[in-house]
Amino acid sequence: MRFSRTSKALGVAAIIALAATGCGGGGGSNTNSSAATDPNKVISAYSNEPQNPLLPANTNEVYGGRVVELLFEGLRAYDSDGKPVNALAESIETTDSQNWTIKVKPGAKFTNGEAITAKTFVDSWNFAALSTNLQNNGFFFESIEGYADVSAVTETTSADGKKTSTPAPTAQTMSGLAATDDQTITVKLAQPEADWSLRLGYSAFYPLPSEALKDPKKFGENPIGNGPYKFEKEGAWVHDQSISLVKNADYTGPRAAKNGGVTFKFYTDPGPAYTDLQADNLDITDVVPSNALKTYTTDFPDRNSTRPNANNATLNIPGYNPNFQGEAGLLRRQALSHAINREEITKVIFNGTRTPATEFTAPVLDGYNDAIPGSDVLKFDAQKAKDLWAQAEKIKPYDGSKPLLIASNTDGGNKEWIDAVANGFKNNLGIQAEIQPFAKFAEVLDLRKSQSLPGLTRAGWQGDYPSLYNFLGPVWATNASSNYEKYSNPEFDKLLKEGLAAKTPEDANKKFNEAQEILFKDLPGLPLWYRATPIVWSNNVVSAETGWNGGIRYFDIEAK
Amino acid sequence: MVRFIFRRLLQVIPVFLGTTLLVYYMVFALPGDPIAALFGDRQPPQSVIDALRAQYNLDQPFWVQYGLFIKNLFTFNLGVDFTQQPIADSLARAFPVTAMLAIEALIIQAVFGIAFGVFAGLKKGKLFDSTVLVVSLLVIAVPTFVLGFVFQLVFGVQLGWAKPTVGANADWGNLILPAVVLGLVSFAYVLRLTRASVSENMNADYVRTATAKGLSRPRVVVAHILRNSLIPVVTYLGANLGGLMGGAIVTEGIFNVPGVGNKLFQAIARSEGPTIVAIVSVLVLVFVITNLLVDLLYAWLDPRIRYDQ
Repeated sequence: MRFSRTSKALGVAAIIALAATGCGGGGGSNTNSSAATDPNKVISAYSNEPQNPLLPANTNEVYGGRVVELLFEGLRAYDSDGKPVNALAESIETTDSQNWTIKVKPGAKFTNGEAITAKTFVDSWNFAALSTNLQNNGFFFESIEGYADVSAVTETTSADGKKTSTPAPTAQTMSGLAATDDQTITVKLAQPEADWSLRLGYSAFYPLPSEALKDPKKFGENPIGNGPYKFEKEGAWVHDQSISLVKNADYTGPRAAKNGGVTFKFYTDPGPAYTDLQADNLDITDVVPSNALKTYTTDFPDRNSTRPNANNATLNIPGYNPNFQGEAGLLRRQALSHAINREEITKVIFNGTRTPATEFTAPVLDGYNDAIPGSDVLKFDAQKAKDLWAQAEKIKPYDGSKPLLIASNTDGGNKEWIDAVANGFKNNLGIQAEIQPFAKFAEVLDLRKSQSLPGLTRAGWQGDYPSLYNFLGPVWATNASSNYEKYSNPEFDKLLKEGLAAKTPEDANKKFNEAQEILFKDLPGLPLWYRATPIVWSNNVVSAETGWNGGIRYFDIEAK
Repeated sequence: MVRFIFRRLLQVIPVFLGTTLLVYYMVFALPGDPIAALFGDRQPPQSVIDALRAQYNLDQPFWVQYGLFIKNLFTFNLGVDFTQQPIADSLARAFPVTAMLAIEALIIQAVFGIAFGVFAGLKKGKLFDSTVLVVSLLVIAVPTFVLGFVFQLVFGVQLGWAKPTVGANADWGNLILPAVVLGLVSFAYVLRLTRASVSENMNADYVRTATAKGLSRPRVVVAHILRNSLIPVVTYLGANLGGLMGGAIVTEGIFNVPGVGNKLFQAIARSEGPTIVAIVSVLVLVFVITNLLVDLLYAWLDPRIRYDQ
């Protein structure tokens, strides 16, 4: 009795909901193309509370990052395709990829009137790199000579064997960094790096006014920058609610604001933001909730965009797993890769917001090559997968006493595709495979850091700056910061190094792609797909797009 | 009376220590390093992580952590959360919003629940009564999140009578929609409780006496039937207010209300021990005080009830 009432009630509710969505579908489109734009209109955008005070070198999460990027301007900026263009830099020159001379444009100022000179950059970078300042992005300066001294730590081991590292810099400034006059920065890198200047548009390299260095925490509450926007007023960051930015009228760089300001409204969940957009109560979001992935193009006809960006997903196979070691292990890794139907999963589960991977970086990057020798292993081929697996069995039998587990947090909607991948393994290879679900990302990370994954794990990388190296070095180089599965191949490391030392970016990319051939031979992880970010906007917005890294280019938004 | 209140307040101490200890331990026992989780795939230098762990005492054994937390609590220093914001400040922002929402929901369910309940009780078995019963059953049967989404879509998006979400503009007006959703389920319970109580008391001796004395019908209903029927209703409402103050995680989530429920949800997602326990501590106080108020209301509703033996 009670159940029938419940289902009836749910039925009624569903009918109301369907009717409600049904009548809203028609109206509202086609109105935005004809209207004139208002350059002073303030738009509202989906966001959430930043995790740190708004200091560029301390902000490494998206919600703080998007604000910092609008408040500050660096030596370079990235255009919508990810090509770096000079912003505050007049010129960036090097003859040997190791010694760089950067000329800063004269006359640049922070919004408080403080002049930006070569010394401003040197001080800001030294501040960010010094380990006692505990800046999250301090390691971005690792290529500069003298970084080892300012970032030095001492490790102590307590009685119960726990290691703690404490900052213990042996120098306060990096020896390779100097301001020779007001307009000139000289940088000496520890070793040649052809693509070093690509990263100068990243937020860690932004300049800071002198008051930021005196009291970073206080500054981070009411930051003063030099970017296309500034804080609307002191206290424009209302915690747990919003951050209000307005156009910086004095800005003259390449990212001039086409609207009057951006108000970031905080949502703990993307669902309500999506509803707000349907009622024009919010102007733009870059997080379409997973239950709306099938409908966002019809909910927002002509008001959506899905552009690929520098973000990939892989399935990592730890080298310490006995089933995947040696010659048989390699054959099995290849078999697993052939058993994943990337095409179908991206279409059916991700509704086209992912594209099948063809290598280990991302297609939007300069130097991307979709035909790297060895990349055939990414093609779905059930028969080949079976054959390879059978070959491996002849060398060394697979220990199938436990199912093959794929570790992942399940709070971010990963279960569906992992189930699909596991089913692929089951159907094509005849092995048991399933997700190893965790409530939180931290639990997976703990297992990865301590080298104790029982099976495979999902992994991913979002580019910090548009460079192939950024997708290879930090992830696959020996002992790299995010190389949790401890993959190591000296030949790969050598090619990366050669790439960095190359004279031109073209030569560098050639070496990086040669390094990728090694990855394809070793298959420490299986590239899965690249991400595209769907965004939708309200009737108040005329046009919007995402940049190379998937972030909305807020300054480019035209409103009415 | 004073002794009664005093005794009740003394009970707070063990309850308080017990709940905070329990909650703190549960957060402590959660797997995964919460600091490392703040950074995702791209981890900062280990020294940064270690410094943060030290800042939140996460490098200490459980009893030291808990002891430091209690010590700080008694010096009114709640510390900072994982976004480096003082926890006291974020609680001071969240609680008034949730209090507004809870009071609004409580008023809606009390006023409408009691009014409809009394009418239904008086006209037991008639069309009005049956309709109200069916409707209230429906309301109880539909889960809050369904009601929330439907209301949001119909009144917020389609009809445009209210903003679909609350966000930064948490005032009485904007909170009506979530308050209605939040209050509806309990409204149905209040209605049913009142109806049962009223229809039972209608046949009581003192009602017949009052009517026989020649009192007007409204006076009989309000002063005799209603007042005597309110005790179970008040108990329910009191317990409910405590629950409402705990923040309705689902409702606050749907309508993006920057209240306690949302805060708690985020804190749990981040394994942010100090914030969770701080919220729970305040909630313990709220529960104890509302329960005390309910107990005091009994004496006013029924003078036969005495507190001091």
